[in-house]
Amino acid sequence: MVQVINTVDSSEVDKHDVAAVNKAENRPMYASRVKIHPKAGAGTFRRLKWILVFVLLGIYYISPWLRWDRPGNAPDQAILIDLANRRFYFFFIEIWPQEFYYIAGLLIMAGVGLFLVTSLVGRAWCGYACPQTVWTDLYIWVESKVEGDRNARIRLDAAPWSVSKISKRVIKMAIWLVIAIATGGFWVFYFADAPTLLHQLVTGQAAPVAYFTIAILTATTFTFAGFMREQVCTYMCPWPRIQGAMLDEESLIVTYNAWRGEPRHAGRKKAEAQGLKVGDCVDCNACVAVCPMGIDIRDGNQLECINCALCIDACDTVMDKIGRPKGLINYTTSSLYNANVAGKNEHWNASHLLRPRTAIYFTVWAAVGIAMLVTLINRSQLDVNVVPDRNPLFVQLSDGAIRNGYTVKILNQKQELRTFRLLIDGLKGATMEMVGEEGAPREVVEIAVEPDKLKAVKIYVSTADHDVLKHGKSEFTFRVEELNVTGEPETAMEQTVFHAPDNDEED
Amino acid sequence: MATKIERDEISGTDTTGHEWDGIKELNTPLPKWWLYTFYACVIWALGYTVFYPAWPMISGATPGVLGYSSRAELVKTVDVAKAAQKENLDKIAAASVEDILKDEKLLAFARAGGAAAFKVNCVQCHGAGAAGSVGYPNLNDDDWLWGGQPEQIHTTLKNGIRYVQNADTRVMDMPVFGPDPANGNAAVLKPEEIASVANFVMTLSGGEADAAKAAAGKELYATNCASCHGDTGLGNKDMGAPNLTDKIWLYGGKIENVEAQISKPRVGVMPAWSARLDEATIKQLAVYVHALGGGEAPVAQ
Repeated sequence: MVQVINTVDSSEVDKHDVAAVNKAENRPMYASRVKIHPKAGAGTFRRLKWILVFVLLGIYYISPWLRWDRPGNAPDQAILIDLANRRFYFFFIEIWPQEFYYIAGLLIMAGVGLFLVTSLVGRAWCGYACPQTVWTDLYIWVESKVEGDRNARIRLDAAPWSVSKISKRVIKMAIWLVIAIATGGFWVFYFADAPTLLHQLVTGQAAPVAYFTIAILTATTFTFAGFMREQVCTYMCPWPRIQGAMLDEESLIVTYNAWRGEPRHAGRKKAEAQGLKVGDCVDCNACVAVCPMGIDIRDGNQLECINCALCIDACDTVMDKIGRPKGLINYTTSSLYNANVAGKNEHWNASHLLRPRTAIYFTVWAAVGIAMLVTLINRSQLDVNVVPDRNPLFVQLSDGAIRNGYTVKILNQKQELRTFRLLIDGLKGATMEMVGEEGAPREVVEIAVEPDKLKAVKIYVSTADHDVLKHGKSEFTFRVEELNVTGEPETAMEQTVFHAPDNDEED
Repeated sequence: MATKIERDEISGTDTTGHEWDGIKELNTPLPKWWLYTFYACVIWALGYTVFYPAWPMISGATPGVLGYSSRAELVKTVDVAKAAQKENLDKIAAASVEDILKDEKLLAFARAGGAAAFKVNCVQCHGAGAAGSVGYPNLNDDDWLWGGQPEQIHTTLKNGIRYVQNADTRVMDMPVFGPDPANGNAAVLKPEEIASVANFVMTLSGGEADAAKAAAGKELYATNCASCHGDTGLGNKDMGAPNLTDKIWLYGGKIENVEAQISKPRVGVMPAWSARLDEATIKQLAVYVHALGGGEAPVAQ
């Protein structure tokens, strides 16, 4: 309902008949949820949010279709999580499960990055980048195109069921469903070759797990973005609860500058004429009408506020209209707010960004990033693991020598067949035998490993050297050297132990 | 206890009507989502008892219309696994152990299958790591009583050792050189003669021995032992006579162990596995044991 208050002052703005349904005093413990009908907004932040919606959804929908030519049998999808073969492909990087620390590093960076962003600009993640916000934005946009803006939607909700109402609801939900299916549908493309999977999905030949995943994500998208909306943020998500610890008095948060706005008057000129003290707030409720969380920002910073800044857009439009400076609601810090309340005229500048807290977050974030980059650049695509036999620890041979058994695993992380030479460093008189290969014991064993594969070989190491045998335990190293390469050959080493009978315990 | 249902003003909910020392309890309704989930579970459970085995009867439970049983499922799973192994098992049953060793894929399959069979049938005597113990040969080493070539191991597994139920079993008993109860405690060698032979045997592998006794034992060895263990003590795998020149001693390598073994020899028995295991399993075991590290290369006959 729009009510024009031109009886008081013709130059004044429209007053919105709206209640902040999630305002603390409007929300008793036992009441059911009251549906929020956010009014479509326009302005700087709304534009920024649309851009982000396009960019983020674009990344989500386009990424799996990017191709990246890889040699051999390796998949040609740029970003692929190949669960069946336990590989993660990201453009030129191929990660094996034992290199999961790269993923852990990314998660740490994401976590610390979230701390950093929150301490700088509050809940920017919630307001702009969170999938819940992005998809809800999209759903509300669809809703407003089909059913009309806030007032039309309120009227439609109240109206009795009719053909027109049913058709509007059906159209809206059909579009929602298409978006939801597309959301779930594109998720699975990250886990298999996208064009092949699309063909399988359409012809009904894809794996049941693909359909199941799509069904779950479709259902969650549809209900979360269509019906649950702000409840997900307020009741289900833990992040809003953590934000209290992340924010400080220098964090930029969406703030109603009460020192400038109060006392609020719906009819400013009349109040001025009466000689009353008049703030800039004309109590038009535009900020409440656009709020997707159903709160009144003028009540101060609240748990529900996702810092989407739509109220800033709404209020700036009104301030323009009544000829007052913008920024009655703006991004500001709690310390600046308090300074202004105390009568000092202080403004935000970039120096507020740098403080010990943000410096520490940034340092940690950058250190993890640099460490990962360095290890990624220097990482070897050859690895060797050695598992010594524990039962028996050693075997007495007839000629008096002692033999130990080892399972040697060689990891060829390149997409090409490579031949390696296995040698022993630091064990006197040691000779090797490889199970499955005939021939006399020797000092070097050659092993070919197929592209992108791990090969486990059983190696028996024997020595009759007196110096070795008089110690119960001797450390030595298996060295793996690459053969037949044009470039720089890779080498990997693994230290292990040779066991002999403990002579001190004998006799 | 009085029952007086009141309406609570704050929540708008009725009380249960009970009061304990002034404390009243709200009769808060169950959350709808919970209640409907609960009803759905009840319906599901009723359906379950119809389709699956559920109600206990006097001799068993109702089978359920689907006829499901976990035992039948296990049989099915085992059948699937057996069918998957069949191709390789058939090949193994048909091939010789030597041919299996030459085929990389069959070798890997046989080693894995042999390892599993070993854990069930062999570890009781030879140990989990096949390292044996006193009286039970270590299968990892390169010393073999009856031969370490693939076919020799296979024969030993098939027919057993001193396993009288099997006609082809490997048999050879070392004579008792000390007092023999079966022969009226008559002794082939006197105790000091046994000590001399034992000392001589110790010298064959470079062990510590009394030189004088050893010299005396040399002649006795030639007369009594060389026929089986050989003139130089290298033993004879065709008759299971151990090599006395190596560092491996089945019943201990100290002088008193050797004396005891001459005086009253102990011998081991191994069952013939052809009566219990199929041919493919025995061959897999032979491959596994051969690949434990001491297997001898096959010699062309």
